[in-house]
Amino acid sequence: MASFNTLVLVCLGYVMLLFIVAFVADRLAATGGDRWLRSPLIYTLSLSIYCTAWTFYGAVGYAARSGLEFVTIYLGPTLVMIGWWWGVRKLIRIGRSQRITSIADLISARYGKSNLLAVGVTVLSVIAITPYIALQLQSITLSFAVFSDGDELTNRDTTAFWAASGLAAFAILFGTRNLDANERHQGVVTVVTAVALEAVVKLVALLAVGIFVVWGVAGGVPDMLERIDASDIGRWQTDRSRWATIMFLAAAAFICLPRMFQVMVVENDDERHLQTAGWAFPLYLAAMSLFVVPIAVIGLDTLPEGSNPDLFVLTVPLSEGREGLAMFSFLGGFSSATSMVIVAAMALSTMVSNHIVMPIWLSLRGDGASVSGDVRSIVIFSRRLAIAGIMALGYTYFRASGGGAALAAIGLIAFAGIAQVLPALVGGLYWRGATRSGAAAGLLVGFLVWAYTLLLPETGSGILTAGVLEHGPLGLSWLRPHALFGIEGLDPIVHSVAWSLFLNTAVFCIISVSTFPGPLERLQGAQFVNVFEHSAAPKEWAGSYAQTEDLMIMTQRIMEAEQARALFRQGAGQQGQSGEMPEPTPAFLEFLERALSGSVGAATAHAMIGQIVGRSSVSVEDLLAVADESAELMEYSSRLGAQSAELSRTARQLREANEMLTQISEQKDAFLSQVSHELRTPMTSIRAFSELMRDTEALSEADQKRFANIIHDEARRLTRLLDDLLDLSVLESGKVNLNLNAGNLSEVMDQAVVTALTGSSNPIQVLREPGSADIGIHTDLDRLSQVFINIISNAQKYCDAETPELSITTSRNGEQIVIDFVDNGSGIPPEARAAVFEKFARVSADKAGGAGLGLAICREILQRLGGDVSYLDGHEGGAFRVQLPLNTNL
Amino acid sequence: MNRHVLLVEDEPNIVEAIRFLLTREGWTVDCHTDGTDAVETVQALRPDLLILDLMLPGKSGLDILRELRGISDFEHLPVLMLTARGQSRDRDMAERAGVSRFMTKPFSNIEVLTAVRDLVALAGRA
Repeated sequence: MASFNTLVLVCLGYVMLLFIVAFVADRLAATGGDRWLRSPLIYTLSLSIYCTAWTFYGAVGYAARSGLEFVTIYLGPTLVMIGWWWGVRKLIRIGRSQRITSIADLISARYGKSNLLAVGVTVLSVIAITPYIALQLQSITLSFAVFSDGDELTNRDTTAFWAASGLAAFAILFGTRNLDANERHQGVVTVVTAVALEAVVKLVALLAVGIFVVWGVAGGVPDMLERIDASDIGRWQTDRSRWATIMFLAAAAFICLPRMFQVMVVENDDERHLQTAGWAFPLYLAAMSLFVVPIAVIGLDTLPEGSNPDLFVLTVPLSEGREGLAMFSFLGGFSSATSMVIVAAMALSTMVSNHIVMPIWLSLRGDGASVSGDVRSIVIFSRRLAIAGIMALGYTYFRASGGGAALAAIGLIAFAGIAQVLPALVGGLYWRGATRSGAAAGLLVGFLVWAYTLLLPETGSGILTAGVLEHGPLGLSWLRPHALFGIEGLDPIVHSVAWSLFLNTAVFCIISVSTFPGPLERLQGAQFVNVFEHSAAPKEWAGSYAQTEDLMIMTQRIMEAEQARALFRQGAGQQGQSGEMPEPTPAFLEFLERALSGSVGAATAHAMIGQIVGRSSVSVEDLLAVADESAELMEYSSRLGAQSAELSRTARQLREANEMLTQISEQKDAFLSQVSHELRTPMTSIRAFSELMRDTEALSEADQKRFANIIHDEARRLTRLLDDLLDLSVLESGKVNLNLNAGNLSEVMDQAVVTALTGSSNPIQVLREPGSADIGIHTDLDRLSQVFINIISNAQKYCDAETPELSITTSRNGEQIVIDFVDNGSGIPPEARAAVFEKFARVSADKAGGAGLGLAICREILQRLGGDVSYLDGHEGGAFRVQLPLNTNL
Repeated sequence: MNRHVLLVEDEPNIVEAIRFLLTREGWTVDCHTDGTDAVETVQALRPDLLILDLMLPGKSGLDILRELRGISDFEHLPVLMLTARGQSRDRDMAERAGVSRFMTKPFSNIEVLTAVRDLVALAGRA
């Protein structure tokens, strides 16, 4: 057996190798010769930090315990890379355009740069990842123990402590050399290069053990297949719900795990690398899983009962005396653990620093970033502190848990925890209606259910008592952690994942639907969901009053002075200026914010620039930009526009209706006033003369008779007026009953002339062409006669010629009869002609008994009969034309 | 006491009634039926009292009254206005135009005589 010291030396040597690789990569990057370091191959290999010590050692143990189920761990990411590569591409595009630094930053940025959400995701990640880091420590410790002969118990904690310290130092040295986690500078290249190297080491190590097992221990492929058939592994029952759940969890973890997000999205150099990784990474996973079953079968066959199957990768070569191979295998496991810990610690420390430490520090300072202090050193210090803290947590957990639980179980629990981010993430990518409140509530509910049903019962060692597990809290059996709402008999993982993600998604959707996103959320939602449409133009700083000097001072506190000046030079260059002082245009502020968000996170960068620009909240211009971007708002406003158009249309109609009513009301008032006048005038005469007859003594007989005649005439005038009014109101209301009969026009005319002129002392001379009116008509003969009488009476009354004459001519024009009445008087003055058919129209001052309703009635009658009456221009005397259809139809 | 009244009214029977009434009281009654030249007639005849119908052909009683009040000689001429329209607005407008007494048709003979006596008494005191 190798001594403990040899192992330490091997580890240190390996770490030295990593440092040399990193140093070389550094140099290459500095001299621009790092092109091949940014190849799709390196990107694909860097994704292999998915395979931690858990996968390296644990997969064999998993297979030895549960058969082929371990494959699900590899199938999940394979499904993502093949079946959801466009989703990953969207994440990468968003990551680039929004300068995303971590998964917490992504969720925060999507939901209106909410730091609360970022803190939530960070806390959840730390809680989920701490056992996972403990797991790596455990694997290193166990693998040390396999080689060393010393007292295992005392060695164990010491080994773990030194492993944790060493890894922390390693992560700090690697991960925080350069501040801007998203700048494509040396630091990142070194990490990615080192991770890629480790990917090769662990793959080759596992393949080497596998090849040794198949061709060294077994007798080649056929023999191996036989031994697999003979073992129990080939006959394991598969639990379909568990398979589906674990596959889903692995897929979710592949996207949501902070370290995966780091290498896949944050460190991605070129979207097109995904095309290669899409097929190459599944291939890598297939190679990693190729010899898992053979190693497990041989381990079970050859090693004594009770050997830890998690360590078969080491113990099988050792038991065959292949110490060199075992050492190589040990290095594979060691590299799996170190790469995972470094990247996870980097990712988590970025989150803790950007979303917890920096906001607290900024708010404690209160006076913004531009006054004094060196933000840059604070950021680096807080990141280093965070890495140390995370490693300390992992170590503490390792000590507290006693390292008892099987490796694979802890990995799955972490997967289930981190999968709670999935609804908010996927919802944020595809659903504009997702809101901050929804995401926060879903995350909280999912986290609580996960912690209660899985984390605490499985790893919480004593926080939940056996009584609670058995009977539920306070005896509420429907709240039992492994049988929520009374659903029993499920595998704990399946049960927890189903409930936590179901409740998480449900709460996320319900709260999102019932809350309204803020302007910034709306804007960011549009930017995320439609990232491919406007990733070139992320949100803008509008109308700024920032001083370039202030921005420069702030930027220098976040970045190195030279880097900051380079940035400003670039900004000035883009504006076509020389020097380092660009105009603080919206475009430049946006450029600067993106650059700064790579260092301190989107929310903090936004807040810092906001403080300098003098607007910590959203301006009207921003709101307008939101409105422009958001199709929902556009729809909403167009709906509002339609509504307001409809309202103004209604208002116009109401106004018109009101005007009409007013007009009608005025006409009615005028009419009543006229009627009043027409009634009061004869009444005045009647009253005056009747009082004179009553009160005057010795009234002469002639006066008496004259007064009585006046009273009689005026009474008749009143009667006529009332008759006319009634007639007109009946005609106007349209309720008149026409009595249609066949007759002869000539006869109707004869009768009318006789009636009109009877009783007149000096009748007008009526001239008619004999026979011209001999036309058969079908109409209301009485009403027609009324019209003729009225017109002839008017001529009799008003014709002022010495020998008054009225000529009546009749002509027929198809179905129409035209009758003209022309007298030889002075006629009606042209300006009064239009009014003669109005009610109470009166042309002459001499009121020979008429109330001025006659012609209005004539017009009403003729219109009822389908004809009309009009004044005939071009004659000296009074001239009226009556038009009438031969046949009146109702 | 020979008083002179001018009656501007287009309804012949009402003219007849008022003329009979006031003649018996000792008035000299002149009549005019058209609104158009009523102001000129007043200027020519210079009556002690004017009885004016509101609705006249040619020119309304209100316009005639306004014109007369604009002529210094007739600023204080007693004017009794008659109307057959029963609208309060007419009374308001007539009062603003400076009418001395406003009366709505039909009226009793006593009312006319009382109004005429009152107006004369007031004018005598002035």
